[in-house]
Amino acid sequence: MTTSVTSSRNGEFLAALRAEWTKFRSVRGWMIALAFAGLMIVLFTYLQANGKHEGYCTTRNPNSCVTGHPFVPSGPGGEAVADTFRFVAHPLIGNGTITARITSLTGRIWAGPANEAPSLADTRPGVTAWAKAGLLLTPSTKQGSAYAAIMATGGHGVRFQEDYTHDQTGLPGPILGAAPRWLRLTRTGGTITGYDSTDGTTWRRIGSAHLSDLPNRVDVGLFATSPVTYGGSATQATANFDHVAVDPGATVGTAPGGWLGQNIGTGLDDFYTTLGTGSDQRSADSFAVTGSGDIAPAVALAGGDTASDSLLFGLVVAVIFLIVIGTMFITTEYRRGLIRTTFAATPNRSSVLAAKVVVVGLGGFAVGAVAAAAAIPLAQHVMKGNGDYLFPAGPFATVRTIAGSGALVALTAIAALGIGTILRRSAGTILLGVVVFVLPTFTGPGIIGPTSSGSVATWLYRVTPAAGFSVLGLLPRSGLVSYPYTMANGYYPLPPWAGLLVLCAYAAVALGVARFLLLRRDA
Amino acid sequence: MSKATIEVAGLRKRFGQTVALDGLTFTTTPGSVTGFVGPNGAGKSTAMRVLLGLDAVEEGTALIGGRPYASLKHPMRHVGSLLDAAALQPSRSGRNHLLWIARSQRLGKQRVDEVIELVGLGKAARRKTGGYSLGMRQRLGIAAAMLGDPPVLLMDEPFNGMDPEGIIWIRSFLRGLAGEGRTVLVSSHLLSELPDVADHVVVIGRGRVLADSTIEELTAGGASLEEVYLRLTTGEVEYRSGGEETWPR
Repeated sequence: MTTSVTSSRNGEFLAALRAEWTKFRSVRGWMIALAFAGLMIVLFTYLQANGKHEGYCTTRNPNSCVTGHPFVPSGPGGEAVADTFRFVAHPLIGNGTITARITSLTGRIWAGPANEAPSLADTRPGVTAWAKAGLLLTPSTKQGSAYAAIMATGGHGVRFQEDYTHDQTGLPGPILGAAPRWLRLTRTGGTITGYDSTDGTTWRRIGSAHLSDLPNRVDVGLFATSPVTYGGSATQATANFDHVAVDPGATVGTAPGGWLGQNIGTGLDDFYTTLGTGSDQRSADSFAVTGSGDIAPAVALAGGDTASDSLLFGLVVAVIFLIVIGTMFITTEYRRGLIRTTFAATPNRSSVLAAKVVVVGLGGFAVGAVAAAAAIPLAQHVMKGNGDYLFPAGPFATVRTIAGSGALVALTAIAALGIGTILRRSAGTILLGVVVFVLPTFTGPGIIGPTSSGSVATWLYRVTPAAGFSVLGLLPRSGLVSYPYTMANGYYPLPPWAGLLVLCAYAAVALGVARFLLLRRDA
Repeated sequence: MSKATIEVAGLRKRFGQTVALDGLTFTTTPGSVTGFVGPNGAGKSTAMRVLLGLDAVEEGTALIGGRPYASLKHPMRHVGSLLDAAALQPSRSGRNHLLWIARSQRLGKQRVDEVIELVGLGKAARRKTGGYSLGMRQRLGIAAAMLGDPPVLLMDEPFNGMDPEGIIWIRSFLRGLAGEGRTVLVSSHLLSELPDVADHVVVIGRGRVLADSTIEELTAGGASLEEVYLRLTTGEVEYRSGGEETWPR
């Protein structure tokens, strides 16, 4: 019995769905508006992307300025990374160990104006929290290579890290003369294990990494680097090591003693802003290593452009179109009295509302997703042609942006349908829809401006329907990089799924009230 | 109980201070046309909306074949209705208007083409309804009512805006439906439109039944229909401005 009731209800809903779809497709103006909304997305994305031109200067001399973008290395997984440091390398053949004691980690921070190239002429002493110095093993000194490293940091204790993104915690506390840290890396086949110790006798394993296709001969050595501060100042760090030992210590006839100091990624065309020039000094088994840069995921610092940024304006325009369509899909029925025919055909009003939601939702999703799928490659093509840096987005992130754009447009159209059912008037619904679903997006960075992104605009993108535009957020965040992840720098305050949930909540409230009134009121 | 019976019992409904239905009670018989007559504002349209489950009542029941309309599966296969011929999306073609209704009742395109033929809409069905004359809209509305081949038909003022030729067509059309054994309830504020059509007349005023009998019984005393109607409805309209509003043409 229950089954037959359920199947009869499903049958009723499917019939209502077919009826609503027939209604929707048989008004040519709505179909044209849908297609136009999609075209607007593609057109405005093209215009936005085409408006971006990048260039950079390698020195203060204007003649050194070139068009195009600085170099951003790619990590083992294809992700953008920073890979800039001072490395004092020693070859290691086969399995072995490198050990050292780090006795100090100090640094300097650029204190000059933000618009000047940082130099050591104007600095203050200080070590930034993610300044890093320690032992590193890598198959290649090419930027973006795989690696594993054990390190002391300025403010995050001892860490074992591999391949830019993986991080494990060792001994806490800063490096002081009274509290030196012993560090050790061992290689066994493809496995590199990191240890730390306070006395060089009792070792504690922190973690291990598996580097695939590791050659027999790798480089091990001492490194130092120091990233740009949260406030944007370049920094430099100097670490003192002693009791440095590589075992087996066989030299292969490269440099005297096997040690070779080199700067990695400090070329003029590298994107990472550094302070001073890396250097090292050796005295028997003691080293002083000075470096600037970072070994970490690249964040918006590398250049915050993504193709999906260019989608924003076109999506807003498409959303306005879909607010109108979603509204008209119900309000014209009220205006003409057609709603009575609809409810005479399907007395279950919830089924009618649900069918309308599905039709408008699918229409909005198709327009948003298809247009985004066309616009993103177009924007990428245009931006590449303009010499812009495109933050690498994997296939998953691209698919997510495409589906997210569809969902954004669909949910707004559904919300407009809900408001239209409540108000039963076209003009009022469209006005309210635009005020609630479009205005906050512009009021955010558009009117209040990116400078105040820490406050009002951020909240608008958290609690208003503008949160839905978080689906365009592609830039990676990393706990390993101290950086203002603000809207001004291209970061939405919410992750894409959470932003869509906020928009979902608005649509759900509108639909809930709409259904309540629909069931209570005379048609 | 016949599937084709309309049973209205004790309907009571008010819009704010205005009493729209005041214990309205009547029943129709299958195979006949029942005229549903009363001055403007008497409650005819409200009663029809209640019958179709569109408006709620405070008291009373309105049943079709013994069941409330809202409980009918594919209701337009049980009851065809024409409430307002102007209730159309002007940019949709007549044929697509019929098609979406057909879809809602799980009926195919073939049935749509059949009813287009039935009402004689012909090629006009492919045009946008925004360009239809009132008569064409009435024909489209009747086509929509006939889609489900229903045993019961409710028509609110189907003669409105029809030219004489159309009125003649619709009269014979409704007679034919009754001849096929269907129940037809036709409302009109003009009693004079009904003698050739209706077997039975329910006259209402201010939401109550004033008379419920055959045409012959009404005019049994030798009075004309107009006289009977005026006598019945005196005092049952809010105002009568020179008689033009309700006087039969």
